[in-house]
Amino acid sequence: MLLRFSLVVLAAGALAFGQGRIGRPAPEEKIKAINITTMSTGAGLPEGKGTAAGGKSVYKEKCETCHNEKLEGRTGQYPALVGGKGSLNTSKPVRTVGSYWPYATTVFDYIRRSMPYDQPGSLSNDETYALVALILNANGIIGENDEMNKDSLPKVKMPNAGNFVPDARPDVKAKR
Amino acid sequence: MKNDPSRRKILSMGAGLATLTACTSKQEAPSQVGAALSPYGNRSPHETAKRLPPPADSKTPATGGSRTPLQDSYGTITPSSLHFERHHAGIPDIDPARHELLIHGLVEQPLVYSLEDLKRFPATTRVHFVECSGNGGAEYTAAPGATAQVSHGLASCSEWTGVPVKLLLAEAKLKPEAKWVVAEGGDACKLARSIPLAKLMDDAMIVYAQNGEAIRPEQGYPMRLLLPGWEGNSNVKWVRRLHATAEPAQTTHETAYYTDLMPDGKSRQFSFELETKSVITRPSGGQKLTGGQGDYEITGLAWSGRGKITRVEISLDGGKTWKDAELTQPIHAKAFTRFRMPWSWDGAAVTMQSRASDDTGYTQVSQDELAAARGRNYRYHNNGIKVWYIQSDGSVSHVAQV
Ligand code: HEC
Repeated sequence: MLLRFSLVVLAAGALAFGQGRIGRPAPEEKIKAINITTMSTGAGLPEGKGTAAGGKSVYKEKCETCHNEKLEGRTGQYPALVGGKGSLNTSKPVRTVGSYWPYATTVFDYIRRSMPYDQPGSLSNDETYALVALILNANGIIGENDEMNKDSLPKVKMPNAGNFVPDARPDVKAKR
Repeated sequence: MKNDPSRRKILSMGAGLATLTACTSKQEAPSQVGAALSPYGNRSPHETAKRLPPPADSKTPATGGSRTPLQDSYGTITPSSLHFERHHAGIPDIDPARHELLIHGLVEQPLVYSLEDLKRFPATTRVHFVECSGNGGAEYTAAPGATAQVSHGLASCSEWTGVPVKLLLAEAKLKPEAKWVVAEGGDACKLARSIPLAKLMDDAMIVYAQNGEAIRPEQGYPMRLLLPGWEGNSNVKWVRRLHATAEPAQTTHETAYYTDLMPDGKSRQFSFELETKSVITRPSGGQKLTGGQGDYEITGLAWSGRGKITRVEISLDGGKTWKDAELTQPIHAKAFTRFRMPWSWDGAAVTMQSRASDDTGYTQVSQDELAAARGRNYRYHNNGIKVWYIQSDGSVSHVAQV
């Protein structure tokens, strides 16, 4: 009898989950305040704009100490933001934004969420667009005065786009 | 003495482990009352096993990895204090009373959960390993890891407690278009990964406890995403947001990193599952068989991101012949499994390796076989066989000649 009773209680308890009764409805402002997802389609990109030419001064002020004067990075410490073109199918591949990253939107997403390393989240949207433009321009992908904004950025064709394929493992079989 | 089989040979593990001392019948000093009781315990001061954090002169000491000393491990659970770390912007100091998990995007009812809310759900407890997919990334190269810690220490195993993610998603009511979920951490860099919905509806959890206490700050306090068997980076720590989407976001950590460059210049992406792997932890690189010829136990760890370990074989002749090791029970799916084999050393040089199989029928292959299929620019997801070389003086090395 006791056993039957507890089974009923368990079943009733299980039904309670999935009814939206735990947690509180998320206020729209909370979602707006912390949602920084940027999709490769461009969804999630904010208003704002910038060019490589306009990004020079912020780069100097907020990025250069680590990523160096010509965006070449500092070996073993801070990654290079340029270079590596044509190296991917050699024995010494150099993976950079220019040579490896398949989507320009990812550059915006990463800088907005994670850079500058010591003060992430401190850049304005205009500064972020300008820095993305500066990095793309330094890699020869866009012109110095090409404006990056939520419409133009997803249209930028990255050199390594289309070279990503799905996981193909298990791809080796043991010989016994 | 050297060939006396009745004398138990003691295997010294170097700095990490003390050797046994002879037990005398008479106490050498009068007994003394020991230390007082304490609110939170520490290990013996004689124990020195430690993680290997980035060098002291690193410009970014909060970014990088610290490895678990697998050669000093017993059983299958990694002490929380020795669980490997891999952070991209340090360990945040999060007040659990102020931390919230937001679920939004392609859901009918966006929801916010506090830690206390999560504890109202039925708790699930499971033993699972977590492994960085970069673990063993140097094993293809001319400089494989010199110790088990260096070669395989970006893997650890814990008992985790939390809530199945599918319960949380059910509360928020997913829209049919939702196929992925972007998970985001509350660390400074807001690390983000897109996870296929199928995994979240399968065995994924939001965990708040590890090995019987609150999850450690290095592991995501107060909560992390746990994706059993999937690459460490996707098990987002300090998780603060789950964003249901139709497509992957293509974040930095799923494009520029954690993708594997193939010889033709193409890169494999979204390689989440960690394949079957094993490493002999004793005797292993950097240790020495100090007892001379005679009896020893060979032991190590095996794990698979696809299921249970079913078999571990050991070869002591460079891979020509293999013998089954004993597996310590119980064996959990997607968890460390301890294997052991008694062995009598004749004092000659030995080439020693282990290969594990899992319940999908997969068996590990050599580094060369992996490299033949994938090239040598493939820097993640290396699960090839690890070879140790025992020299005739008893020292164990990662290379044939020292
Ligand atoms: C205090 C040093 C520092 C500053 C300042 C800094 N960064 Fe970084 N940056 C880093 C480090 C360290 C990484 C690598 C982080 C990691 O490994 O997770 C990085 C990575 C990057 C990357 C990814 C590169 C790659 O291929 O991995 C980009 C892009 C970037 N930074 C852009 C910027 C921009 C733009 C600024 C200026 C707003 C900036 N950074 C300022 C230290 C810095």
